[in-house]
Amino acid sequence: MQSLQKITSQFIPLRIENVDTDQIIPARFLKATTKDGFGKNLFRDWRYENDDETKPKVDFVLNQKQYSGAILVAAKNFGCGSSREHAAWSIQDYGFKVVVSSFFADIFKNNALNNGVLPVTVSDAFLQQIFAQGAEDTLSVDLEAQTITIDATGAQEKFDINSYKKTCMLNGYDDIDYLLNMKPEIEAYEKANQ
Amino acid sequence: MGKTLFEKIWDKHVVKQIEDGPSVVYIDKHFIHEVTSPQAFSGIEKRGAQLFRPQQIVATADHNVPTMQQELPIKDALSKFQVDTLIDNCKKHGVELYGLGHKYQGIVHVIGPELGITQPGMTIVCGDSHTSTHGAFGSIAFGIGTSEVEMVFAAQCIMQSKPKVMRINIDGALKNGVVSKDIILYIIAQISASGATGYFVEYAGSAIRALSMEARMTICNMSIEMGARGGMIAPDQTTFDYIKGRLFAPQGADWDKKLASWKELYTDADAKFDVEININAEDIDPMITYGTNPGMGLSVRGTLPTIESFTDATEKQNYEKALAYMGLTAGQSLLGMPVQNVFIGSCTNSRIEDFRLVASIIKGKQKDPTIKTLIVPGSQEVAKQIKAEGLDKIFADAGVEIRQAGCSACLGMNEDKIPAGEYCVSTSNRNFEGRQGAGARTLLASPLTAAAALLTGKITDIRDIL
Repeated sequence: MQSLQKITSQFIPLRIENVDTDQIIPARFLKATTKDGFGKNLFRDWRYENDDETKPKVDFVLNQKQYSGAILVAAKNFGCGSSREHAAWSIQDYGFKVVVSSFFADIFKNNALNNGVLPVTVSDAFLQQIFAQGAEDTLSVDLEAQTITIDATGAQEKFDINSYKKTCMLNGYDDIDYLLNMKPEIEAYEKANQ
Repeated sequence: MGKTLFEKIWDKHVVKQIEDGPSVVYIDKHFIHEVTSPQAFSGIEKRGAQLFRPQQIVATADHNVPTMQQELPIKDALSKFQVDTLIDNCKKHGVELYGLGHKYQGIVHVIGPELGITQPGMTIVCGDSHTSTHGAFGSIAFGIGTSEVEMVFAAQCIMQSKPKVMRINIDGALKNGVVSKDIILYIIAQISASGATGYFVEYAGSAIRALSMEARMTICNMSIEMGARGGMIAPDQTTFDYIKGRLFAPQGADWDKKLASWKELYTDADAKFDVEININAEDIDPMITYGTNPGMGLSVRGTLPTIESFTDATEKQNYEKALAYMGLTAGQSLLGMPVQNVFIGSCTNSRIEDFRLVASIIKGKQKDPTIKTLIVPGSQEVAKQIKAEGLDKIFADAGVEIRQAGCSACLGMNEDKIPAGEYCVSTSNRNFEGRQGAGARTLLASPLTAAAALLTGKITDIRDIL
């Protein structure tokens, strides 16, 4: 997993609530057996007319040239629905390192963290402040300090992350390495609970 | 202070609590399928690790399979490769597979309970959000991502933060024409598609106690649709009677021992929930959804919210977006609106009782000639039972074909899809944009309401034809 410490970037504002994982990556793209290349189908049916890559929908934010950057900012309840990790893979593969929302669905949040994509939960008010910024403005996320800053105004908010996950993310460790080292304890648990 | 049902099972499965971090939770049973497992198998292989407890894993192929001519090779090359990859992986790693053609094949959340694999007090995971279905047996069951599938492969454990607990009490008697699907659609409409995020839900109350196991599964199945980590119901005599004698159920002295421990699985009288919600069963009508998340539901006799009822700008914008996608107007009624498709199936409503309900409505009648149908049993066992009970004749006489087991049109992944712009009354669990195929317009409802639409070609209050 890739590590993440600090990032300053422009952001892509997605002012839609309840973005479900079927929108992030429609089920017809789940036939792959590897984790690669999902970015090109991110938000596929919101991005293209009739599934045609030569016909981008001009009103969709990913198709608007003025918006770019490695931070996606979405309205509340981002990532609800299916548990497909393909959603996190497509967001990561597209180039996002951070997703900001006022509320994340549980499974998506775990999937993102397991793939080096940092979910940052902010207050509704702070989210509105971000949405009020221009396309040129940047956000800065500092994982060590657990802060997100709107650089143009200096407005800042702290965000929560448990210290275990934070350490994993700062260093690029994953849970499986941790669990593999725990095997004697797991075997002891099994013995005691047979 | 006493413990909740959830806490009793959770505490028993915590191998280790990481300081200011997640718990390492032991997993008793792991279900896998073709779509969310291949990257986990290759991940394990890349690490040079082995599957830690392959005998605790059960595999099936359900999401990406055709529901006709399953005996022939799968036509779509990518789908075939994915299903073949599951076969190869299971063989290589010693995992029991009920694949296409196997007599136990079916939707993962249908076969687990029907084979007696799902039991009270267990921790159960699967790379599928509707794993919450198994909570109907008084187990902790929830959906996980593929990285987590790999974790369970590697160590039979998962890293999870302990969720908060919510209890939803449904008391009283259900009205005529109202079934368990209506209960859960009603709850989600009340608390919204994110109303239980961060919580594990226990369903309780006299209306829940009165339900069969299959009806309870329908309710727990849709817990994720309000954001819940999972849903569960304390086991009782109904649960024990359902499990007894099933293929993988405990037997003899082992049954007695297990049964004694299952009887301890209830929420103590003095246990505390973070949130408690009370619902009167008599308030529930046959339900239907009108929007693009399962929280956008109403009584089949109701009218859609007006635009003015939304004060928040983003919420208003989202409502207008949903209306545009669905081709509906604020304030309108759905009753009498023509629909083109009926889908009866999915891990929510594809069990034998669902088929009995539908058969009871369509018996001796003809389907509306304009309606296209996808009627899909949840498993080979359900299909067998349909034939054994003669229900297949009732469907055939009504002009309706029954397909073979699989997830079918629930998710727009396999061959079964709803055409763009058309309406489909679906017994499945999600009405997201494009869920049943690009541009498809899904109206979630119970098997009874679906059966009514099948006969009339329109949104119909089942009570008008009962």
